[in-house]
Amino acid sequence: MTSTATTGTVGHEKLTMAQALNRALRESMAEDDSVVVFGEDVGALGGVFRITDGLTAEFGDTRCFDTPLAESGIVGMAVGMAMNGMRPVVEMQFDAFAYPAFEQITSHVAKMRNRTRSKVSLPMVIRIPYAGGIGGVEHHCDSSEAYYAHTPGLHVVTPANAADAHRLLRAAIASPDPVVFMEPKKLYWTKEEVDLGAELPGIGRAMVRREGTDATLIAYGPSVPVALEAAEVAAQEGRSLQVVDLRSIVPFDDETVCAAVRSTGRAVVVAEAPGFASVASEIVARVTERCFHSLAAPVRRAVGFDIPFPSPKLEHVQLPGVDRVLDAVDDLQWDLS
Amino acid sequence: MTRDLDLLLPSPHPVELIDPTGQTVAEAAHELPDDAALLRAFAGLTTARRINDQAGALARQGRLAVYPSSHGQEACQVAAAQVLTDDDWLFPTYRDTAAVVIRGVDVAEAFLPLQGAWHSGYDPHRYKVAPQATPLATQLLHAVGVAHAARLRGEPTVALALCGDGATSEGDFHEALNFAAVFRAPVVFLVQNNQYAISVPLARQSVAPSLAHKGIGYGVPGERVDGNDVAALLTVLGTAMARARAGEGPQLVEAHTYRMQPHTNADDSRRYRQDDEVAGWVQRDPLTRLETWLRQHDLLDDAQLAAVTADADQLAARMRTELARDATPEPAELFAHVYATPTPQLVEQAAVVADELSREDEH
Repeated sequence: MTSTATTGTVGHEKLTMAQALNRALRESMAEDDSVVVFGEDVGALGGVFRITDGLTAEFGDTRCFDTPLAESGIVGMAVGMAMNGMRPVVEMQFDAFAYPAFEQITSHVAKMRNRTRSKVSLPMVIRIPYAGGIGGVEHHCDSSEAYYAHTPGLHVVTPANAADAHRLLRAAIASPDPVVFMEPKKLYWTKEEVDLGAELPGIGRAMVRREGTDATLIAYGPSVPVALEAAEVAAQEGRSLQVVDLRSIVPFDDETVCAAVRSTGRAVVVAEAPGFASVASEIVARVTERCFHSLAAPVRRAVGFDIPFPSPKLEHVQLPGVDRVLDAVDDLQWDLS
Repeated sequence: MTRDLDLLLPSPHPVELIDPTGQTVAEAAHELPDDAALLRAFAGLTTARRINDQAGALARQGRLAVYPSSHGQEACQVAAAQVLTDDDWLFPTYRDTAAVVIRGVDVAEAFLPLQGAWHSGYDPHRYKVAPQATPLATQLLHAVGVAHAARLRGEPTVALALCGDGATSEGDFHEALNFAAVFRAPVVFLVQNNQYAISVPLARQSVAPSLAHKGIGYGVPGERVDGNDVAALLTVLGTAMARARAGEGPQLVEAHTYRMQPHTNADDSRRYRQDDEVAGWVQRDPLTRLETWLRQHDLLDDAQLAAVTADADQLAARMRTELARDATPEPAELFAHVYATPTPQLVEQAAVVADELSREDEH
């Protein structure tokens, strides 16, 4: 880590998503004294995934600090600090370890603006490393996004590449509203060529990652690379698949998603979470309601099964891979068109 | 970091400065507040009792959807408001409307939730009063955050966070004490131990020697006080606030009091406690003991009492006028305060509601 923070870096460089997130935190902290980072092991250690690496050394232990090991305490204290002029960015160590904070998140983080008729806003970010694919043990691999997406008052954002991780975290910290920032931990170490100075759409906008004409794959977070790989394989088999990356689950970008689906007339939603009552279900409902007359087949899902997340040796059974995605694509009633 | 256990232990008996018969307690370890503070407290007690009586009546008339009364706990309500400076924050619960009003919140704003019109009715920043908390103990952590933020900026703010005996069983109570202690946050936790969590008595919440002892495990000094003695409350809370302001960290204060009325007007307390138990606490009433003491010390006469009562009556009259008004916000506001900028979906849904309501009007 270099010791100086740079803002709006221009030029291409190779970064992992973890480094891009770290850069976003450093830039936001350098720009705004009210940005404070805290949680478990985020200080000297730099976080178990090193996202907060070097922040305490650079900004001091009043700006980036370790807390007692209690997630409700972390989020509850962040609520109070946000009420009193700060912009807390808190880290939940793993998806399932955020559950002790559930009451604070759903009853206070999400509702304070509404409760006070906008007299109190809570500009805070709750960072949650989530989802599987890293061979994690129990409680380390949940896809918990639906809990937060179902709660009015929260923004729920999830990047799928390093550039978006940087852009969206910067936007999340600057947001006047609380953002649940879900980081696909299996993508933390993927190195990419990125231009952190590039203009990218903010929170609430989806992006088309790959153009295609036969069907649309709608994915977010850890499932975007799976969808892109599936599209690559399909192309070799003569089928042209478009890939949409949601980036933001709430607010949901109906405009981009529906325009994409209307252009192809077929869609598959790809997501790791158990499919029942999931974000994927919501996407199917929205697309069906809005694009029914453009659809040549029912919208399908390539998602996780309705089982607790398996142990490492069995996680490949649960995670939707290229085959599950292409099987769903195969089911899109091609014979009828 | 270890602390001397003796500094953390509450006193063997609750601190009492004026006894239930209105006499000064001999050889008390603390000094009485000055005369002006006690006269101000008496006016506050009279106001708080009047608020409880008036709100109870309005609830019976159906003008309030519900009212959780602090009848019997007025000394805690008054002391909690009176020890605050303009810099300090109050974190009240749903039963602390009297404290909220005495802190300075307008009655029309304070009672908006109880009218069933909106979840909170005042600007927390304007009064430095957090929204009254309905979930138990969650607001204690918010108080720690407000206090910690102020301390980081070098401001003199202390947060006074209220909860009841039942809330001490919640996890957030313990996390709040621990976080406040670890970060040396200027917070004073006041537990109004009114003996019941709806129907469940204190014995089912805890077998600790007292609730004030719960601070020991976190390195937070605990103190217990007669919660119906406003003089003792002012002294003990005032000392705790001063310590916190001086950077000496949080303190836990347990006030022994009693909820004289049911949990709310919707509760039937005869299912779980005897009338004679309630009657016993009438003898400990916080108003009569201070009135007796003030009269004995020639600080209160009939004319002054009449003036104090008239002020309280005036507030009650204002409650009747204000709370007869329908202050329900327009339905469109339901979509206006979810996010700073409504999402496209909320814009669509607000239009649906506007359409539904316009058709209702046509019928």
